[in-house]
Amino acid sequence: MTIPFLSVRDLTVDFDTEDGVVHAVDGLSFDVEKGTTLGIVGESGSGKSVTNLAVLGLHDPAYTKISGEIVLDGRELTTAPRRELERLRGNKVAMIFQDPLTSLSPYHSVGRQISETYRRHTGASRGEARGRAVEMLRRVGIPHPVSRVDDYPHQFSGGMRQRVMIAMALVCDPDLLIADEPTTALDVTVQAQILDLLKELQEQTGTAIILITHDLGVVANAAQEVLVMYAGRAVERGTVREVLGTPRHPYTWGLLSSMPRLRSSVDVPLVPVRGTPPSLIHVPPGCPFHPRCDYQAQAGPDLCVGDRPELSPHRGHGDACYLTPAHKREIFADQIKERL
Amino acid sequence: MSRFLLRRLLGAAVILMIISAVTFFLFFAVPRDPARFACGKICPPETLELVRHNMGIDEPVFLQYWHWLIGIFAGRDFTYGRCDAPCLGYSFVNQQPIFDAIVDRFPTTLSLTIGAAVVFLLFGIGMGMIAAARQGRPADKIASSASLIGASMQIYFVGVLATWVLVDQLQLFERPAYHELTADPVKWFSGLLIPWLVLSIIFTANYTRMTRSSMVEQLSEDYVRTARAKGMPSRTVFLRFAWRGAMGPIITIFGVDLGALLGGAIITEQTFVLHGIGELSIKAVVNQDLPMLLGVVLVAATAIVLFNIVVDAAYAFIDPRVRLS
Ligand SMILES: Nc1ncnc2c1ncn2[C@@H]1O[C@H](COP(=O)(O)OP(=O)(O)OP(=O)(O)O)[C@@H](O)[C@H]1O
Ligand SMILES: [Mg+2]
Repeated sequence: MTIPFLSVRDLTVDFDTEDGVVHAVDGLSFDVEKGTTLGIVGESGSGKSVTNLAVLGLHDPAYTKISGEIVLDGRELTTAPRRELERLRGNKVAMIFQDPLTSLSPYHSVGRQISETYRRHTGASRGEARGRAVEMLRRVGIPHPVSRVDDYPHQFSGGMRQRVMIAMALVCDPDLLIADEPTTALDVTVQAQILDLLKELQEQTGTAIILITHDLGVVANAAQEVLVMYAGRAVERGTVREVLGTPRHPYTWGLLSSMPRLRSSVDVPLVPVRGTPPSLIHVPPGCPFHPRCDYQAQAGPDLCVGDRPELSPHRGHGDACYLTPAHKREIFADQIKERL
Repeated sequence: MSRFLLRRLLGAAVILMIISAVTFFLFFAVPRDPARFACGKICPPETLELVRHNMGIDEPVFLQYWHWLIGIFAGRDFTYGRCDAPCLGYSFVNQQPIFDAIVDRFPTTLSLTIGAAVVFLLFGIGMGMIAAARQGRPADKIASSASLIGASMQIYFVGVLATWVLVDQLQLFERPAYHELTADPVKWFSGLLIPWLVLSIIFTANYTRMTRSSMVEQLSEDYVRTARAKGMPSRTVFLRFAWRGAMGPIITIFGVDLGALLGGAIITEQTFVLHGIGELSIKAVVNQDLPMLLGVVLVAATAIVLFNIVVDAAYAFIDPRVRLS
C-alpha cells in the first residue's frame, strides 16, 4: 500500500467563540494523490474552507483547537512549528481563494506579489524573480505580460485577477494546490476558462489539487474524487463516477436534485434540500443530517438519532448512512434518478 | 501630479480668501470700536477720529478688506511707517507689523506642534500596533485602558500637575520654556519635553485606539490571509501588508487633526506660558486687535490647507487605486 501524498485523519477543528464552541470540522478523513483532483462539495458552512485552512495552518491558535493528523508527503502538519509551516505555504502547498479582488493586495503590483513569493521561498534575486513573474503571467494566459507585470490588481478584470492569483499560487511549483471556490465570483465563460487552465497546469506539473465548490457541475468536469461534507463531516466519498452516478447518501441526493446544471430535462422542478444547516455549536446527535432527512423511518427506529454513522466501507465508495445498501439502491432508482 | 498640485493650490487660495473675508466681516458684525479701545480711557473726539484714520477703519468695510488683501501682495503705507509685502496689516496694540509678530512667534508654535505630532504618532501608532498584534492579551488590555484614560485628560490640568510633580517636586525635567533650536538644541529639547508630552496625551490615546482598530480590521482582510497563505513571515504580514492598509485612514485623520492640534497648542502655550501664536491669538481677541486676529487665522488656515494637500498626495502614494487628477 502506498502512502497518499496528503492524508487527513480524524481532523477536528473547534473554534472558541462567545456563543460557545463551534465544531466546524468533526472527525474528517480523506486522502489526495499526486496529479489528481479531489472535489470537496457541501452547503455553505459545512466546513470546507475551515478544513483547508487547517491544512495550511492558517487558523489563529488563540481560539482554535485542532486535533487529528494532517500528513503531507510524510510530514505531520498539525504539530509542525510555525516557521516550518511558513516555509511550506506558498512553496509546497499553495491556495487560491474565491474572490480574487479582495484576495490580492491592492497596494502592490501583481508582479511584486508574484515575485515576492518566489524570492521568499527560493532566495532568487530581484531580477530573476521578476523574470519568473513575467513567465508565470504568460503561463496563465495574461496577454502582454511584460507590460502588465507592474500593473495593480484593480487594473485587471475579474478573470484576469484570478489568473494572477493562480500564477502567484503556482510560482514555486507547489505539490498541492488548494482552490477554494476559485470560480464562484466569476461569470460562466470565465469559470470554464479558469478550470481548463487549472487542468492544463496540473497536467504540466503533476500538482495535486483540492477543489472546493458548491457546484457539482464543476466537480463533474474537473475532479476525479469527491468528498461530500455536511456539518463538518464527510457523508459520502468516492470517485466522481460513483458519487455522481450512483449516490448513496440522502444528503448527496438532495444536493444533486437541487443542482440545475446537472439536470437533463428542464421541466422537472428543482428540489432544494429542505430545512436549514444545523447549528455547529449544538450539533444534532446521531446523524447530523437526520432533522432534514426523509428516510429515517426506512433506516430503522431510533437508529439515526442514536450513534453517529461512520463512513463505510473504509475504502472506495463510502457513505455515512444507516440505510441498507439495498434500500439506497432502491430509493435512488425509484425516487431520485428521475429528478436528475 | 503637477496638475493635481495646481488645482489644489488654486482651491486653497479660494478657501483662504473666503476664510479671511468671513473673519473680517464677522469682526465688524459685532459692535465694538477698536479705535476707542486703542485711544484709551480719556479720549477727545478729535483724537478718536485721528486714531480711526490711522488704523484705516474710517473707510467702508469693503474698502478696508480690499486694502488688506492688496497689502499682502504689494505692501502698505501706514502713518507709522511702511509695511512691506507680505503685509498682513499693522498691530496698533503691539506697535508692530502683524507679519513680524507672527514670524517672531512662529518657531515656538511650530516646535511645539511638530514635536507633539512626532510623539503621538510614534507612541500612538506603536502602541496601537502592539495592541493589535497581541489582541485580547495583557499588552492589548493595558494599551486599551491606558488610551481610555488618556483620551479623557485635560491639557491644562495635566500640564500644571506634570510641572508640579516632575519639575518642582522630583526635579526630573527642565522647567517648560522655549529656547531657540539653533541656539541650543539640548535646551530646546528639554524645555519643550513636558509641553510635548502634555499636548500629545489625548492624541496618543486616540491614535492608539485608531491604529488598533484599523489594524484589526486589516488583519481580517482577505489579502492579508493571502499573504500568510503564501508563506510570508508574520512580521512581514503585519508590517508590509496589514499596516499598509491600515495607514490610509490614519493619515486622513491626521490631516483633519491638525486643526485640533493647533487648538491644543493654544491651550498648551497658555498653560506653560510659551510665547507662540496661540498666545498671540488670545491677546488679539482680548485686545480687539482685528489685524492680528486676521493674520493668525490666515496663517493657521494656510498651514491646515497646505498640510491637507500633502496628506492627500501621501494617500495617493500609499494606495495606487487613488489617482491624483
Ligand atoms: N474563525 C471562525 N470562528 C468561528 N466560527 C468559524 C470561524 N471560521 C468558520 N467558522 C464557522 O465554521 C463553519 C464552517 O465554515 P466554512 O467557512 O468552512 O464553511 P464553507 O463550507 O467553506 O462554506 P462556504 O461554502 O460558505 O464557503 C461555519 O459555520 C462558520 O461560521
Ligand atoms: Mg468557504
